Amino acid sequence: MTSLVELMDYDEVIEKYDPVLGLEVHVELHTNTKMFCGCANEFGGEPNTNTCPTCLGLPGSLPVVNGKAVESAIRIGLALNCEIAEWCRFARKNYFYPDMPKNFQTSQYDEPIAFNGWLDVTLDDGEVIRVEIERAHMEEDTGKSLHVGGATGRIHGAEHSLLDYNRAGVPLIEIVTKMIPGTGRRAPEVARAYVTALRDLLKALDVSDVRMDQGSLRCDANVSLSPKTTGALGTRTETKNVNSLRSVERAVRFEMTRQAAVLSSGGEVTQETRHFDESSGSTSPGRKKETAEDYRYFPEPDLVPIAPSREWVEQLRGTLPELPWERRARIQKEWNLTDEVLRDLVNANALDLIIATVEAGAKPDEARSWWVSYLAQQANTRGVDLPDLPITPAQVARVIELVNAGALTNKLAREAVNGVLAGEGSPDEVVEKRGLKVVSDDSALEKAVDEALAAQPDVAQKIRDGKVQAAGAIVGAVMKATKGQADAARVREIVLARCS
Amino acid sequence: MGFPIRIPTLRGLTGVPSISRDEVAHLAKLARLAVTEDELDLFAGQLDVILQSVATVGDIATADIPPTSHAVPLTNVFREDVVRPSLGQQQALSGAPEAEDGRFRVPRILGEEA
Amino acid sequence: MTNDLIHATAAELAAKIHSGEVSSVEVTQAHLDRIAETDQAVHAFLHVDAEGALAQARQVDADVKAGKVVSPLAGVPLALKDVMTTEGVPTTVGSKMLEGWLPPYDATVTRKLKDAGVVILGKTNMDEFAMGSSTENSAYGPTHNPWDLDRIPGGSGGGSSAALAALQAPLAIGTDTGGSIRQPGAVTGTVGVKPTYGGVSRYGLVAFSSSLDQAGPCARTVLDAALLHEVIAGYDEMDSTSINEPVPPVVAAAREGLNGDLTGVRIGVVTQFSGEGYQPGVLRSFQAAVSQLKELGAEIADVSCPSFDYALPAYYLIAPSECSSNLARFDAMRYGLRVGDDGTRSTEEVMSLTREAGFGPEVKRRIMIGTYALSSGYYDAYYGSAQKVRTLITQDFQKAFATFDVLISPTTPTTAFKIGERANDPMAMYKADLCTIPANLAGTPAMSVPSGLSDEDGLPVGLQIMAPALQDHRMYRVAAAYEAARGAFGGPSL
Repeated sequence: MTSLVELMDYDEVIEKYDPVLGLEVHVELHTNTKMFCGCANEFGGEPNTNTCPTCLGLPGSLPVVNGKAVESAIRIGLALNCEIAEWCRFARKNYFYPDMPKNFQTSQYDEPIAFNGWLDVTLDDGEVIRVEIERAHMEEDTGKSLHVGGATGRIHGAEHSLLDYNRAGVPLIEIVTKMIPGTGRRAPEVARAYVTALRDLLKALDVSDVRMDQGSLRCDANVSLSPKTTGALGTRTETKNVNSLRSVERAVRFEMTRQAAVLSSGGEVTQETRHFDESSGSTSPGRKKETAEDYRYFPEPDLVPIAPSREWVEQLRGTLPELPWERRARIQKEWNLTDEVLRDLVNANALDLIIATVEAGAKPDEARSWWVSYLAQQANTRGVDLPDLPITPAQVARVIELVNAGALTNKLAREAVNGVLAGEGSPDEVVEKRGLKVVSDDSALEKAVDEALAAQPDVAQKIRDGKVQAAGAIVGAVMKATKGQADAARVREIVLARCS
Repeated sequence: MGFPIRIPTLRGLTGVPSISRDEVAHLAKLARLAVTEDELDLFAGQLDVILQSVATVGDIATADIPPTSHAVPLTNVFREDVVRPSLGQQQALSGAPEAEDGRFRVPRILGEEA
Repeated sequence: MTNDLIHATAAELAAKIHSGEVSSVEVTQAHLDRIAETDQAVHAFLHVDAEGALAQARQVDADVKAGKVVSPLAGVPLALKDVMTTEGVPTTVGSKMLEGWLPPYDATVTRKLKDAGVVILGKTNMDEFAMGSSTENSAYGPTHNPWDLDRIPGGSGGGSSAALAALQAPLAIGTDTGGSIRQPGAVTGTVGVKPTYGGVSRYGLVAFSSSLDQAGPCARTVLDAALLHEVIAGYDEMDSTSINEPVPPVVAAAREGLNGDLTGVRIGVVTQFSGEGYQPGVLRSFQAAVSQLKELGAEIADVSCPSFDYALPAYYLIAPSECSSNLARFDAMRYGLRVGDDGTRSTEEVMSLTREAGFGPEVKRRIMIGTYALSSGYYDAYYGSAQKVRTLITQDFQKAFATFDVLISPTTPTTAFKIGERANDPMAMYKADLCTIPANLAGTPAMSVPSGLSDEDGLPVGLQIMAPALQDHRMYRVAAAYEAARGAFGGPSL
């Protein structure tokens, strides 16, 4: 697929051009039901089970707006410092595509529910950049198509396609930034930091699962280059299929180097949709449309306008939780963290996990220690982000609790965590199933020590002769005999007592 | 037709749309209609007549008049976020021209990979 | 006996069925027999559901026997326009596109009828997707006017009105986007009512133009229409544009009207709807109606609504625009017709071939106009301007209703024209809805009540009565009083 594309060296790009960014993020709300009908908002299971006349676009069916989705849209708008429309409507965006049951998408067009906001984004080195928000509007998701036949299972070369409308009509909020100029060299980083900040915000609002890998958060990156010599605005491309935070950064960087190469060789950037390929880290053009797009928007006659009262908006403002940046400031103060430590924790995606672990009962130091060392290693080994490890902060807190109660040693605690990560259940279930238990019964330990001493009489003699360091061999033997479930310090005490 | 009706006189020829065959073909493409050559001619003529007569709306629709999109002045009609029974797979697929593995089977899709 | 049953009004039939004098099964069978006897000539029905109808009739009879309280129209047969979905019963909307489609759900109107024990005889013929004024655009052939089989029964709901005029059913359901209940009512000598927009749920009404479509009752008497109105009307949470208010007291108003006194009722005669282009016999019938209304005590004066002159062009922009979007869903993917899928063609090609084959010329024409009017470069000049005209029409209504309780006009400029007469001249066809369209654009209620026969051709003429939004009962009172004063005017000899 990937053809050879000329790229310009990144330093040279920055020398000659100013990048201009624009980011469009689609977020699927995790409401109970779809945007316009009462079907369950769940998909991925048996195809076409969560469908009804409305989300299948059957003749005669009508939409009714999900009030909870409107509430979520307003809360998102408020958290993004937007103005909330006093009156707005849905429109129909008309175009034919088989995954769209009505062949129009019901979406807000020129009257979004929220507009003119901003989001402060912290870069890795602590610099804060304000990203201005153009609008946040409501719309509906499409169904999913499965392409059958052909070599790749992809759309090109497929013989026919199969459609599942379980996702059709799932509520989406589209959040669009204004043009973000002036980020220079840091444009790719700003793009990633913005999506990260937005993800954290949406998570705190509890409006979406915000899983980029599962498509509940999707980012389209618009990039153009403006030559430093003229300052003229460049032609932009829109890159889709950017499925991780890292990809956001890579896609922007790739487009900058590609567009710069096109421009410097005297060519023109084509305004087009491009597709990001995870494996190669490159973008490629989507299929060219034969006809110019004309969506023939008009106000949706089946839905009445939305006019949120100022009382309602203020009441919703009151439901906003502590937002991520407010929380970070508070935690830094409470835990007395330096800027650097805080930044490291944030960059490692560990801070929220640690906070949640503390909220579940652990001490900050203990929680931090688990997440930044052992669990960070595990995430690294598995090649996943820390928050994607299959263990919850509450489970980590429980392990810490067991250690503090003396029920687990540190070594056993790690084994319990391994069990949870392996999907064996909660920490208590793993302890039970794996028989993890500190052997704290002195008589059992004494018996094991006596057996070890009897098995190694020469070592026993050395200890009796005062060579205390020889006790290590006996402790080791006892630990082995008890399968590591004994407290090594206590074993050592017993050995020394027996040989005194 | 011998059926005179008092409707507002048509606009003069200036500013009146004149629909070409190409335009009709473009509209048909947008509307997904595989129109025949004969229909192109027929529709070009008929659309021209119809659009000329309906263009009179521009005579009284001045800038200061707000548009009406909905006949009833309702706002804020919302549904509770409570799950209702779905049709179920079998019912959903009952009218499908073709189905396979619980899905609607359709011819190969030309389009963007997005 | 059979003859009595098919001539009886719905109110009379209901009384007899509920008292046990006749059974609903007998009444239903009488109408099924009448359909079998006459529908070869009339072609009012696309589908007759004898089995379903008799099952419903038996249920009502059992309920009557068991002394269960039955609703006012329980056991009375009805003809349902094929635009309303009926679970498991074919719903074609008069189009090849949906031939053989069995909807998996009932429209709200269908459900309300079933819940009320009304016996649904079958589905009636209509212009394809309700686009037309003659029922000639049905993919399944035209319906013939029982008064003169060479003439059109009006449209789009010609099947429902013809069924009433042919005594195939005492009640019918129509839908009215630009006059599709009232104009067929006028040319078949029957009563047709377009309620206030939002008064009757549109859930399950296969959409033509969403902001204009409204279902309503059709009957041979004003009281029957009122009884049916109360069965189908009311708030529905499945329709966002449904009005959450009590149903206007139309039955009480119709009964009040029957006492024949309209003293103090102020009636405005819309001056825009007369003059050149109006058939003289229609205008004479209208003048006679005006005189009778005066004799009943009404105060009558002329009122001018200048923007009504622009209603027709505004309608022929708004309705095609909305239909171009509403009908996009007929794409051969999920239901209905699929043409040209030979294993080599793409979805795009199959969609285009299917839509080309499945839609008739009028539907295609309107889709093309709508596609044009909504295009980015033309939106303001066409769709946008049409919506402004809508505002002006609403304002003209408001001004007129400040002085008058109801407004009147002829329902349609002429009596029924000959089948084929206007088939190739869309503009001439569109003019049949000249007087009915303003009420759709403003969302206000309007009805047509027969004003007897035109003296020049002996064909039925309709009197249109219009009222302010949610004041549907006002027009029922006037119509019932007028109907009583007018007296019988005979029926078709079929």
